[in-house]
Amino acid sequence: MATLRQFKPEEPWQAPEGEPLVRIEKVTKRFGSFYAVDEVSLHIHQGEFFSLLGPSGCGKTTLLRMLAGFEIPTNGRIFIDGQDVTEMPPYERPVNMMFQSYALFPHMNVADNIAFGLKQERMPKGERQARVAEMLALVQIEKLAQRKPHQLSGGQRQRVALARALAKHPKILLLDEPLGALDKKLREQTQFELVNIQERLGITFIVVTHDQEEAMTMSSRIALLHDGRVEQVDPPRRLYEFPSTRYVASFIGSVNLFEGYVVQQDDDQVIVQCDQADTLLQVRHSQPLVPGMAVTVALRPEKMRLIGQITPDAPNQVRGIIKEIAYLGDVSIYHVELGSGKRVQFTQSNVQALAEQPLSWDEEVLLGWSANSCGVLTE
Amino acid sequence: MKPKRHLPAARDLIIIVPWFWLALFFLLPFLFVLKISLSEPALAQPPYLDLIREVEEGLVTIMLNFGNYQLLLQDPLYLSALLGSLQVAAISTVCCLLIGYPMAYAIARSPAHWRLPLLMLIILPFWTSFLIRIYAWIGILKGNGLLNNLLLWSGLIDAPLEIMHTSLAVYIGVVYNYLPFVILPLYATLIRLDLTLLEAAADLGCRPWKQFVLITLPLSLPGVLAGAMLVFIPVMGEFVIPDLLGGPDTLMLGKLMWTEFFSNKDWPLASSLAALLLVALIVPFVLLRHFERKAEERAT
Repeated sequence: MATLRQFKPEEPWQAPEGEPLVRIEKVTKRFGSFYAVDEVSLHIHQGEFFSLLGPSGCGKTTLLRMLAGFEIPTNGRIFIDGQDVTEMPPYERPVNMMFQSYALFPHMNVADNIAFGLKQERMPKGERQARVAEMLALVQIEKLAQRKPHQLSGGQRQRVALARALAKHPKILLLDEPLGALDKKLREQTQFELVNIQERLGITFIVVTHDQEEAMTMSSRIALLHDGRVEQVDPPRRLYEFPSTRYVASFIGSVNLFEGYVVQQDDDQVIVQCDQADTLLQVRHSQPLVPGMAVTVALRPEKMRLIGQITPDAPNQVRGIIKEIAYLGDVSIYHVELGSGKRVQFTQSNVQALAEQPLSWDEEVLLGWSANSCGVLTE
Repeated sequence: MKPKRHLPAARDLIIIVPWFWLALFFLLPFLFVLKISLSEPALAQPPYLDLIREVEEGLVTIMLNFGNYQLLLQDPLYLSALLGSLQVAAISTVCCLLIGYPMAYAIARSPAHWRLPLLMLIILPFWTSFLIRIYAWIGILKGNGLLNNLLLWSGLIDAPLEIMHTSLAVYIGVVYNYLPFVILPLYATLIRLDLTLLEAAADLGCRPWKQFVLITLPLSLPGVLAGAMLVFIPVMGEFVIPDLLGGPDTLMLGKLMWTEFFSNKDWPLASSLAALLLVALIVPFVLLRHFERKAEERAT
């Protein structure tokens, strides 16, 4: 049973009549015989914080560079605000980019770096100075206006790069690994700041990142790329809970994958026979599947819980022996070997400081989960 | 703390080596030249009088003769030679930069596997003797030389051009000979230029020409300055090229110095010319460094 989602103002991609701000249509970029980007189509809407996520070499940076105008697509068209910009040079596009290396001009001070784009569009001096001051305040570096880039720390440079890219009030800000060069603490802090700035200015952000946590924290939607193709485009929650392919399921977070075949299909659930799990798997699923079809059942480690006993003939219950334990502080990860020899992961939050009877190696555990907390993957 | 105290001593020790080198091979010879410039010429071997002379038994005087410097400042010949050298050096430096910059730029932007062969082509002429290359230019530029014959044959001119023994020939020889000295430092700065800076400029609204003027050119100024100095300083004292290619109208310090030393055998006058040339070259560069430092201090 498919639920019809109500359109919410913060989810513009749900509105059927809304014209997207960016339309990428069947864009391909070939370098020699290598397809960096392969028939990618994406619609990105005004006000989104959109992430292009994937491992290195998946084509995310090439896609971003085509939006900025540094690469021309081999095939396909790109539209921004209804205008075909496929072959428009970078200096005419209503977009600005924040570079991974920041690319600050070393011979200009911070204020001149920020004013650079404004001078190019011949903004009057008074207005320009006001805009620079506004940008300096936005990223909280008013005191650094007269410094040269080499006199700044990495975090400060990142702020200058952001201010410079935002100064022209572009329709779209492109960010190439914006937090990649920062250390972990600063990165987490800056993530929230980026989101705040984006919400305050209402400018559409398109971010390239290889860091799934970063993408999950900041994005309104994520496009997961793999070998130049889009695997899935969804809000972070849907991407995690309802991955559409095996690749997505295993790229985002940890997952246990069970290979099996369909034995029975009901209205809203499917029964999968799986030799690796010594049990029938019952999965909530609404799309029709043919009995006998090979499928994969994906189950997140945190969806499993310890059960007291195994009910005979009940689905989604397994018995196993703990082989490895990883204590991470907030959670513990257990590697459990099932009767078939298949290893699965399950996690438990460490609610109490020291559990009275913690699980230990070679202990037998019984695990169960509900049909709602796993999914069927056919690709 | 101990290793820290040891470090400056080691550093001083290393710095002593180049200082010693400069003192031995630059300062000491210069002091000799200075000494000769303050002495009086004489028909002797060597052709000047010692500064320290015994007047009577046990009585020694030091005679400093500033007459040479006085003559240099009074006789307009020397001033015009200085101006002539300045003019040739300045114009040649500008020409070298105008020709060398595009070449260095093209090499730096060419595919990686092309750069080394192209640089080799720039350096290749150095494998032949400098003198032979200048003599080769005589063969090219003279009345019935290669260039004139080519132009006559093609019908572009009716009578041979008079290039040999003119200032034009000197400029051609100097620019040809010193071109690699601007191309190499310019190439070194241009190859290090971060190309994402140009992308950033394009992204912020710069067309290619403005990207060059606002980013590439200012960031390559150290290379421009280094190349300019490598041409300007030696050309100021250049002797061989104006002597072989130039004519009677080519008045340059190097040529004059040679005449004073070897034709007129007036070592003191020639030495004072050499000393003045050094001062004329050092003072502007010391001032330049001074202003650069001032500008840097203002920036911080």
